[in-house]
Amino acid sequence: MDFSLSKTENLFLQMIRDFTENEVKPLAAEVDEQERFPIETVEKMAKLGIMGIPIPVEYGGAGGNNVLYSMAVEELSAGCATTGVIVSAHTSLCAAPILEYGTPEQKAKYLPKLASGEWLGAFGLTEPNAGTDASSQQTIATVDGDNYILNGSKIFITNAEHAHVYIILAMTDKSLGVKGISAFIVEKDFPGFSVGKKEKKMGIRGSATCELIMENCVVPKANILGKLNGGFGIAMKTLDGGRIGIAAQALGIAQGAINETVKYVKERKQFGKPISAFQNTQFQLADLQTRIVASRLLVHQAAYKKDQGVPYSVEAAMAKLYAAETAMEVTSKAIQFHGGYGYTREYPVERMFRDAKITEIYEGTSEVQRMVISGALLK
Amino acid sequence: MNIVVCIKQVPDTTEIKINPTTGTLIREGVPSIINPDDKAGLELALRLKDQFNAHVTVITMGPTQAEDVLREAYAMGVDRAILLTDRKFAGADTLATSHALAGALRKLDFDLLITGRQAIDGDTAQVGPQIAEHLDLPQVSYLQHLEFDGKKTFTIKRKIEDGYEMLQVDGPCVVTVLSGAYKPRYMNVRGVVESYSREVEIWGFAQIEVDESKLGLVGSPTRVHKAFSRGVKAAGELYEVDANEAAGIIISKLKEKFII
Repeated sequence: MDFSLSKTENLFLQMIRDFTENEVKPLAAEVDEQERFPIETVEKMAKLGIMGIPIPVEYGGAGGNNVLYSMAVEELSAGCATTGVIVSAHTSLCAAPILEYGTPEQKAKYLPKLASGEWLGAFGLTEPNAGTDASSQQTIATVDGDNYILNGSKIFITNAEHAHVYIILAMTDKSLGVKGISAFIVEKDFPGFSVGKKEKKMGIRGSATCELIMENCVVPKANILGKLNGGFGIAMKTLDGGRIGIAAQALGIAQGAINETVKYVKERKQFGKPISAFQNTQFQLADLQTRIVASRLLVHQAAYKKDQGVPYSVEAAMAKLYAAETAMEVTSKAIQFHGGYGYTREYPVERMFRDAKITEIYEGTSEVQRMVISGALLK
Repeated sequence: MNIVVCIKQVPDTTEIKINPTTGTLIREGVPSIINPDDKAGLELALRLKDQFNAHVTVITMGPTQAEDVLREAYAMGVDRAILLTDRKFAGADTLATSHALAGALRKLDFDLLITGRQAIDGDTAQVGPQIAEHLDLPQVSYLQHLEFDGKKTFTIKRKIEDGYEMLQVDGPCVVTVLSGAYKPRYMNVRGVVESYSREVEIWGFAQIEVDESKLGLVGSPTRVHKAFSRGVKAAGELYEVDANEAAGIIISKLKEKFII
């Protein structure tokens, strides 16, 4: 058993930290305040290959793996959680399922554009009445010659406003229930496809979360992803992978908050000494950092298993559950350490606290993760 | 066009620790980086690669762990990396270092040789110019900007104490680059992923044909009298104002400090 990072992983961390420190972190407060999608950062990340880390070189990716990808999402999120989720949704929820389930033609057409970051990807499963109960899909796809005609809407779609390609789930055979759901690759310019209202959110406010509307949206039959009526399985497997990204995002938020807190408690003096000198501070920080490192081990384990091609659903669920709850606890306590200042937007922990909450909700709530974990345990 | 860049692995610290008995640097426990001036030189080379499809080789002399800076250079986009390492090179001062590097460089074909102005651990600014002398090549130190005509002529803006010099020089030539001249690019993901599977050529004494007496401790006439950390200057204040207002600010600042 080897817990040490490889030379390549260390070099990668050096690169992504350097990038985050200089290009991502300085924009975080502004992106949050203005609810602005950091398009310039996406362009910079594209140039460096960050939009295609685990995609093979033959499809224009960087030829890395999921461990490196999780490290990237963690580090980016430590600077700016919005930036972290842009990369995560693009990579895990759009590029990854095309790589996994796409035909050679689909891979050749979409992966180079996604991996190079020329195109941004998104994923549409959630509907107003199909959240955790994702099987209650109301978006319908009907055959019309060589096309499918999609009708329905999706909500809370990360990257929606800026994406060029979406994986959309829709009912192809309502009588079959979950076994009648199919996945489609939908381009933003397909007739009948549009992006609807943008959500006003508590956190990750730059990530352009919108509604997707399909009104007689024409999707060529060639764009069905995987098997007809095999979409629900694809969606669930895709979310397994996505959870590694969101776990990494939560981990990054937590580590970012601790880094800010460590800096603060050394500077802030009360009762004649820095608050880091109080044992209350020391013991709490010890507990929080222990949780963070445990989260990181869970994230790396899940990513490593995915890279090895062995089952990782339970590990990904554990990583996401634990990292998300850690992010909530750490950011909440980080504000407490900062006192009144922490409650203001003068310090980044206020934003981190708001950003952390979503990690307990999207890509499977913490309750769903507990269902996955206990389901495997009790089967 | 072929470009060779000499880079050095240096400790990443402004607080350099020095062994009080030997006067040499204590490297243990200090993270190592590519020397900032050299990294700017590397960026210059990579821009010429982008623009003129130049082939870029990096070379470093040092112990085996100096390989790490070559891996980083690969991740930034260089084509070839050489580690010059041998027990016989140990203890080299700038002269012995430049002899060893010049020996290696004689084996390489290049139109432009780039070094950093100076290393942050030694601050001598001697190795680049010495290499140029050993190889009998024209040199331009303190490079701030370089333009290449696509054939063989370089037009170089050189920073001097109170201004700039504009010089033209034909390759092959040697330039030493200032850290502020070019902002180094980030490594890219594919470069990082592939870096450690690429070949770093290891060259030793046997490869360079240099008289042994000119190398290592034996070939080093320098004796360290005293080593000390450079004092840190406070960051200056920058005002973007017209000349009249500028004069006013300067006068008030000088008065504030009782200089006038």
